[in-house]
Amino acid sequence: MLEELFPNVIPEDLWEATLETFYMTSIAILGTLIFGILLGLLLFLTDSGNLWQNRFINFITATIVNVFRAIPFIILILLLFPFTDFLIGTIRGWKAALPALIFGAAPFYARLVEIGLKEIDKGVIEAAKTMGAKTHTIIFKVLLPESMPALISGLTVTGIALIGYTAIAGIIGAGGLGDLAYMKGFQRRDFDVVLACTILIIVIVFIFQYIGDTLSKLIDKR
Amino acid sequence: MIRIQNLSKVYKTNKQEIQAVDNVSLNIEQGEIFGVIGYSGAGKSTFVRLINRLEEPTDGSVVIHDKDITNMPKNQLRKKRQKIGMIFQHFNLLWSRTVYENIAFPLEIAGVPKTKQQEKVLELINLVGLSGKENAYPSQLSGGQKQRVGIARSLANDPEVLLCDEATSALDPETTDDILDLLVSINKKLGLTIILITHEMHVIQKICHRVAVMENGKVVETGDVLDVFVKPQSKTTKRFVQQLNPLEHEKDKLAEFINDREDSEVVKLHFIGKSAKRALISEVAKTFDVEINILQGSIAPTQEGAYGTLFIEINGEKEILKKTIEFMEDTGVEVEVLKHA
Ligand SMILES: Nc1ncnc2c1ncn2[C@@H]1O[C@H](COP(=O)(O)OP(=O)(O)O)[C@@H](O)[C@H]1O
Ligand SMILES: [Mg+2]
Repeated sequence: MLEELFPNVIPEDLWEATLETFYMTSIAILGTLIFGILLGLLLFLTDSGNLWQNRFINFITATIVNVFRAIPFIILILLLFPFTDFLIGTIRGWKAALPALIFGAAPFYARLVEIGLKEIDKGVIEAAKTMGAKTHTIIFKVLLPESMPALISGLTVTGIALIGYTAIAGIIGAGGLGDLAYMKGFQRRDFDVVLACTILIIVIVFIFQYIGDTLSKLIDKR
Repeated sequence: MIRIQNLSKVYKTNKQEIQAVDNVSLNIEQGEIFGVIGYSGAGKSTFVRLINRLEEPTDGSVVIHDKDITNMPKNQLRKKRQKIGMIFQHFNLLWSRTVYENIAFPLEIAGVPKTKQQEKVLELINLVGLSGKENAYPSQLSGGQKQRVGIARSLANDPEVLLCDEATSALDPETTDDILDLLVSINKKLGLTIILITHEMHVIQKICHRVAVMENGKVVETGDVLDVFVKPQSKTTKRFVQQLNPLEHEKDKLAEFINDREDSEVVKLHFIGKSAKRALISEVAKTFDVEINILQGSIAPTQEGAYGTLFIEINGEKEILKKTIEFMEDTGVEVEVLKHA
């Protein structure tokens, strides 16, 4: 039955591509999480009226974030080739896609983090101050826990966008389902391969969405 | 003991300067409940936030237990803040933490070991009457319960003073009374000094020992609550006092009783403190040959004694009326004869 519907699909290849997409996305999400939160915190804390209020740093950070968000992903990959070559030692394979994926997604996530942090009631931060809390206590015990549902749902959205990015990266040789769909499917006119890859990408997206929604709901005690 | 001297705060915005607090000097005694009342925008919140330096003063000083808050370096101020509790109109609890964890938060900040934390938190939960709610999240609590958590949290590090900024303004009247009762019991039990900001005279009347009235950033009147109630000096204070006395609004209704006849007087009596408990009316009725007609009355308990108002009509011979009124004045009750307009 499956062989009739997908005559040109080699199950081993499909599985390997799925794993590659999964690794690529997972590690990119991890990197995006770390850099996105750092940037988001920096944007938030240096904003006027906040703990590290600093016009200059806020402006610099916002500019970097905006510039990287403005560059189309496909161009970002090309621009980052020298950097990727230096860092990873190659520009091919799924590992080589990571810098571009993280540079592309972290600024986007940073903005979502910033929005999440801005939604925290100012009074709660103030209450922590009246208790004599240090800044790092406020960050780790107030800002991050209080914005956690927003941080998670933001990461879900970003993660799903990242899956899309991995497919684009695949077209220029990053491996994964995008690569398979393009090289083995589109180029050879074997559209059943394209279809199989599409279905698997959709499944991965749904899994991410489900995990994200569940976590976010579980953690939200508001 | 809190000594506030020439405290001022000017907010500079792009276009203008706002003098939110204007040269305020006050001494607040150990163990008293000190109220600050004023209309919205009077500068009350700014004033109270200057006490723990959530706002930097433009001028003046705040000295708490011989430590000048205003010139303290940041890290010293953080330590000192652990000894200045604060509760808020909107409670400001962390929704991500349970009741227990919210109350433990200031202890975590102060670096209290876990076992000691537990002891303290459970003691506080008991004190504010929230036993059994340890593991509830703020969203599962009523407003009054949330404020109880706020109070417990503010007491965690055994503060020298508790600041309350409109702590009951988001609560319904009944819950307000419960929270006020809790504050009084804490004040008595722990001997805790409380500074309480409000725009409701009823809150001042119910629990404060002394009060300051604020207007346009200035303190326009201070004194014992009872004195301020009975003899309000400034216009603002008079308005606040009237707010509390429903009879003042209904004075018009008395008009028909007020006349120029010599054998009838309408009298307003102010009972203050102990005199409020005296059975004055029956005493007068027994002693003098007059008829007494009670028109309206109200009584308001304060921390320093009761404060009551009574409107009566007295009918009798002119001479006897005069003597009756003198008699009432001699008992310490304030007597005001209302004349026809
Ligand atoms: N951060 C601020 N920046 C500028 N003006 C402020 C700020 N906070 C308060 N004000 C102004 O100071 C005055 C007093 O405000 P506030 O202390 O909040 O009064 P209250 O608590 O009695 O209502 C108001 O005119 C208010 O607009
Ligand atoms: Mg206020």
